Amino acid sequence: MKFINEYRDASVVKEYISELHRITTRPWTIMEVCGGQTHSLVKNGIIGLLPDNITMVHGPGCPVCVTPLHLIDKAVYLAMERNVILCSYGDMIRVPGSKNSLLEAKANGADVRILYSPLEAVTLAKQNPDKEVVFFAVGFETTAPANALSVLHAKREGIKNYSILTSHVLVPPAIEAIVNDQTNIVQGFLAAGHVCTIMGIGDYYPLVEKNKLPIVITGFEPVDLLQGITMLIKQLENGEHKLENQYSRVVKPEGNPEAVKVIEQVFEITHRDWRGIGEIPYSGYEVRKELEAYNANVKFDIQLEKAEESPDCIAGEILRGIKKPNQCPQFGKRCTPLNPLGAPMVSSEGACAAYYHFSNVDVLV
Amino acid sequence: MCLAIPGKIQSIDTIHNGMVRMAKVSFGGIIKEASLEMLPAADIGDYVLVHVGVAISKIDEAEAAKTFEYLKEIGEIDELIEHTQVDKN
Repeated sequence: MKFINEYRDASVVKEYISELHRITTRPWTIMEVCGGQTHSLVKNGIIGLLPDNITMVHGPGCPVCVTPLHLIDKAVYLAMERNVILCSYGDMIRVPGSKNSLLEAKANGADVRILYSPLEAVTLAKQNPDKEVVFFAVGFETTAPANALSVLHAKREGIKNYSILTSHVLVPPAIEAIVNDQTNIVQGFLAAGHVCTIMGIGDYYPLVEKNKLPIVITGFEPVDLLQGITMLIKQLENGEHKLENQYSRVVKPEGNPEAVKVIEQVFEITHRDWRGIGEIPYSGYEVRKELEAYNANVKFDIQLEKAEESPDCIAGEILRGIKKPNQCPQFGKRCTPLNPLGAPMVSSEGACAAYYHFSNVDVLV
Repeated sequence: MCLAIPGKIQSIDTIHNGMVRMAKVSFGGIIKEASLEMLPAADIGDYVLVHVGVAISKIDEAEAAKTFEYLKEIGEIDELIEHTQVDKN
């Protein structure tokens, strides 16, 4: 078993699809939280195979999409004005700020590097002792241990020219915010498997109980997603609300205790602004005060005015599942991956990019 | 962004004076380095899930098979329920 191909097997996909057609008797609206799941659903054509009664809406689980505009502006400012080596994941480099993206800053001469891992940024800092190296540390719980580890590595090696600009967000408060929104239409959630790989499943029981909400922790391959949807539809059809774990081959109930320990050593929980959604209380991480020498926000004391979002981009409604990408008047017209108005059109997890690249929506024909 | 890929540990080295274990992980033949700091028990030959250069979970083979048994299981349960209802009638 290689743990990939088996979960893309067309005959198993067909079995799940026919099972879903058999058990679905009423209309249901469900949300996949993670942008990786959105891309897998759209790219593999799964949405078109589901019964008409199942509506999939796409959630806010795309970290670069919810990274607030003013933090991108800060990163661009650091790269352009403070002579730092600014590094981040590839997607983050392309997201537009209020004036520029980091990629445009790079084109204008700033030292912006795309890295695979934050641990590489620490090596970069070691190799360039006369320069400040800042890692733009975005992500959900999945990415928090790696970003935290980079701080611990720098500390252990006595590297003082390394810091992180943090934009870390958490899934359970986002689910809570979506469910409590008056416009909410979501009846059940596929929770993000890799987030739970780190944090475990404990935080989801109160969400299920308090909101009478079925939640299935789900993986990312076509068969994973179809099994997750099947488990969720069975609950909805039976009038149940339970927490189930489809992705048990990697998600343990307790998560990964070593990873949680590293997160707690470096980060503390804070309120966070979510781009397109607004502030959600206790929904993210910031570097702990005792490690603030590694916090770029503190180290560089950046004072920038908060810029306004483009009024033409409906990313907020997309990220809350209220609208589909192809319902945006700018989709595929003024807004394309090469010329994006908002982050969901850029990222490899953004719903708009998934629709643009992989779906057969009429607007592109 | 939360993309994590399963790969097989080929070899393990230590860095930072033996404090950090780094693995060479094969992803279908492509070898990348990954930190094993989150998985103290991981060993050569294990399949692990790697995210941005850090191995975050060991893959449980017995659990992995369950996805393929699930349909059979729910089919059998449904059959049982149908039979029970037939019996009652």
